[in-house]
Amino acid sequence: MKQFPLRAALLATAVCIAPIAHAETPADTLVVAAQIDDIISLDPAQSFEFSGNDVDNNLYDRLVDFDPLDQNAGIKPSLAEGWEVTDGGKTITLTMRDGVKFHSGNPVRAEDAAWSLQRAVKLNKSPAFILNQFGFTPANVDQMITADGNKIILKLDQPYAQSFVLNCLASNVASVVDKETVIANAEGEDFGNAWLSTNDAGSGPYKLATWRPNEAVQFTANDEYWQGAPTMKRVIVRHVQESSAQRLLLEQGDIDVARNLTPTDVEGLAGNDALTVGTEPKGRILYMGLSQKDPILSKPEVVEAMKYLVDYAGMEGSFLKGQWKTHQNFLPEGYLGASEDNPWTYDIEKASQILTDAGITSGTVKTVVRDIREYIDVAQTLQGAMAQVGLTLEIQQMTGAQVLDAYRARQVPIFIGEWGPDYADPNTNASTFAYNPNNADDAKLSQLAWRNSWAVPDDMNKATIAATLEGDTDKRIQMYQDIQQEYREIAPIIPLFQKIEQVGIQKNVKNWTTGGAVSSVFYRQVTKE
Amino acid sequence: MALTDTTGSHRVARLRRRARSVGGLALSLALTLLGLLLVTFIIGRVMPIDPVLKVVGERATQAQYDAAYQAMGLDRPLWEQFLRYMGDVLRGDFGRSISTGHPVIDDLRRVFPATVELASLGTLIGVFVGVPLGVIAAARRGGWLDQIARVVALVGYSMPIFWLGLMGLLLFYGILGWVGGPGRQGIIYDGMVPPVTGMILVDSLIAGDWGSFRDAFSHIILPASLLGYFSLAYISRMTRSFMLEQLSAEYITTARVKGLSERRVIWGHAFRNILVPLITVIALSFGSLLEGSVLTEIVFSWPGIGQYITKALLSGDMNAVLGGTVLIGTCFVGLNLLSDILYRLLDPRAK
Repeated sequence: MKQFPLRAALLATAVCIAPIAHAETPADTLVVAAQIDDIISLDPAQSFEFSGNDVDNNLYDRLVDFDPLDQNAGIKPSLAEGWEVTDGGKTITLTMRDGVKFHSGNPVRAEDAAWSLQRAVKLNKSPAFILNQFGFTPANVDQMITADGNKIILKLDQPYAQSFVLNCLASNVASVVDKETVIANAEGEDFGNAWLSTNDAGSGPYKLATWRPNEAVQFTANDEYWQGAPTMKRVIVRHVQESSAQRLLLEQGDIDVARNLTPTDVEGLAGNDALTVGTEPKGRILYMGLSQKDPILSKPEVVEAMKYLVDYAGMEGSFLKGQWKTHQNFLPEGYLGASEDNPWTYDIEKASQILTDAGITSGTVKTVVRDIREYIDVAQTLQGAMAQVGLTLEIQQMTGAQVLDAYRARQVPIFIGEWGPDYADPNTNASTFAYNPNNADDAKLSQLAWRNSWAVPDDMNKATIAATLEGDTDKRIQMYQDIQQEYREIAPIIPLFQKIEQVGIQKNVKNWTTGGAVSSVFYRQVTKE
Repeated sequence: MALTDTTGSHRVARLRRRARSVGGLALSLALTLLGLLLVTFIIGRVMPIDPVLKVVGERATQAQYDAAYQAMGLDRPLWEQFLRYMGDVLRGDFGRSISTGHPVIDDLRRVFPATVELASLGTLIGVFVGVPLGVIAAARRGGWLDQIARVVALVGYSMPIFWLGLMGLLLFYGILGWVGGPGRQGIIYDGMVPPVTGMILVDSLIAGDWGSFRDAFSHIILPASLLGYFSLAYISRMTRSFMLEQLSAEYITTARVKGLSERRVIWGHAFRNILVPLITVIALSFGSLLEGSVLTEIVFSWPGIGQYITKALLSGDMNAVLGGTVLIGTCFVGLNLLSDILYRLLDPRAK
């Protein structure tokens, strides 16, 4: 349904003359078209959606952050100008930068930073676990996180790796909010959550002008920003659902950036001299989960054979073209400890051999797939390959909410879908793919390993924990390499592809970034020629 | 039953009748809305979509999930949830939408004018083209105009609006550049006109801002024409069949025999008599456009109530769905009422 009008539209453009670009956006304004209907709150202690984090990333500063133009350089000082680890790794003391002001004009103090973290822990919304993994609870956080002059002191329950702690402090939930302003707008015991859901109390490079849900978010530049006033004085993000509509707007010059173009529309941009296509790897992993409750899928030979039944190159070259690349490890490229080993290829004979050796020649398995074109295409390709080795795959389509319900109840035999990292540290994926402390049905864990009923071996559980405590970053990297190697050999939850974000951009727009695999979009470094 | 005081009972009966027409109207409105709410509420609760997950996200722990479940009142019996909700609604509180984070009433205030603006213009186009087309088609039954009207209506019924919308955008915006692109306004005009009614055409007229008016018009004209086309298809078919029925009646033959001009026969006699049913058709067609045409809204990035309610429904956001349902339900009842009043004005028998 979605694809048909698009192709027809493309055909029609091909025969007709190329559209003439007539409009141009103002030189000091950046106009972006994107799907932003996932925003449910702008409160950094609550926002956990891609578009919400994209907004917050520009309204707020964090204690530490990534460099927008070089995310691979890792964590940099931001509101904290430095930090020190003492007490054998159990205390981290950060020193606040002087002279930074919130949008309200209030100074940014260590007290604000400490209160912001305490607030996120006490509110206990979805992203709070990112902080809670260091032993903070609503009851103890006032003692564990304290401010003293221009220092903010974090006491941890274990000597966690410094990189682990700092990576988490760079995440959206750790944004620093203006304590006085938020308290003045609090209702009852909500720590200003209702107000902050639709307003901003940050110190970031942009101020929130308006947010009209499912319609638009507008920013104005914070000209007193401590890292320099942004060049783009206004940023407007418009909700445009359809890829073809985004493409039309881009071709007409009514927008500068289109963020949700299908492969067909990206191809259609080629040959337009005013436009270019930007590519960045993102953190999302498309994977295939094989439930270990299923009598067929729980056989190790079947798990092994399934890895050779995926037509990686074929899919990458067709319907996933340019938007997903083959990636057979749970840590995405761009993450600490990521591995580029992709040992499996599409090999029916090998898969068939493995199964015949194990005496498996037939069987029927079910998959429940969300009604997203790409997932269905992947499932159908897999169905074709499985049929060649005697396995029947029954595909059932459902809405996202229904699939999630079934998955949470461990009732999906083959799950095909995405996992997006929650924060910029390898533990975010290791702790879900390679960690499952309790495989019982009533444990109700949120780990992917649990949802696929995979009892992760004890040594892997232990290694995953140990990697969070390794102070030496080089050793830590090696530990993740080792975990991933073992994981590739035995795990029934198989990473297949990593997301590439392709954006259509006007050629005069420079320094655009979606934040890469580890962060969200940054606007402050964007310029126009 | 003994009739003792006839004059008294007559007066009472007259009073009763009058009271019944006013009170009955209010009562039927209240009952309709209550029934509508009850049904929507129950459907919302039996839907296989978990609204809690929308709030807490799929990574939430069981404790976070349970806390949100209780905070949303879902642990209480269904009847209690409904009574609570009704109590809030009577106090004018429609709650907060979980898919936008805003109070439902604010959301509706934002999205409904966008739809009203589009639907009104669409219906105007549908009426001003559809009615004459239907009348002429009936008058020249079997002629080439009738054939054209039939094709126009058939295409209007059967073309997917999604496709037509995309093609329209491609041609009139992408290639010819005659109209504005997706969205209600061009980017530089966004937020220029102070919102009074929320309908940008009206607001820009109030503000006397011709630039904004022209810009908003260039954005609305394409989607409105599309919607207009669809209501035109319906209205012209209905007009034609009403007219055919009248034209075969005896009084028309009489009028013709009396030597009245064909124009007076058609417009003065037959058309006057179809006004009443025609108004119902137009009101219903307008009402269905007010529900918001989801596909049109998606293709044209039009932030209207259709998209709003659909999205709310898919994420189990029942406050938003119920609020929107009440609003649209009220509109339908209001439109029925309006066509009732027009009946009385136009049909001498109803007096």
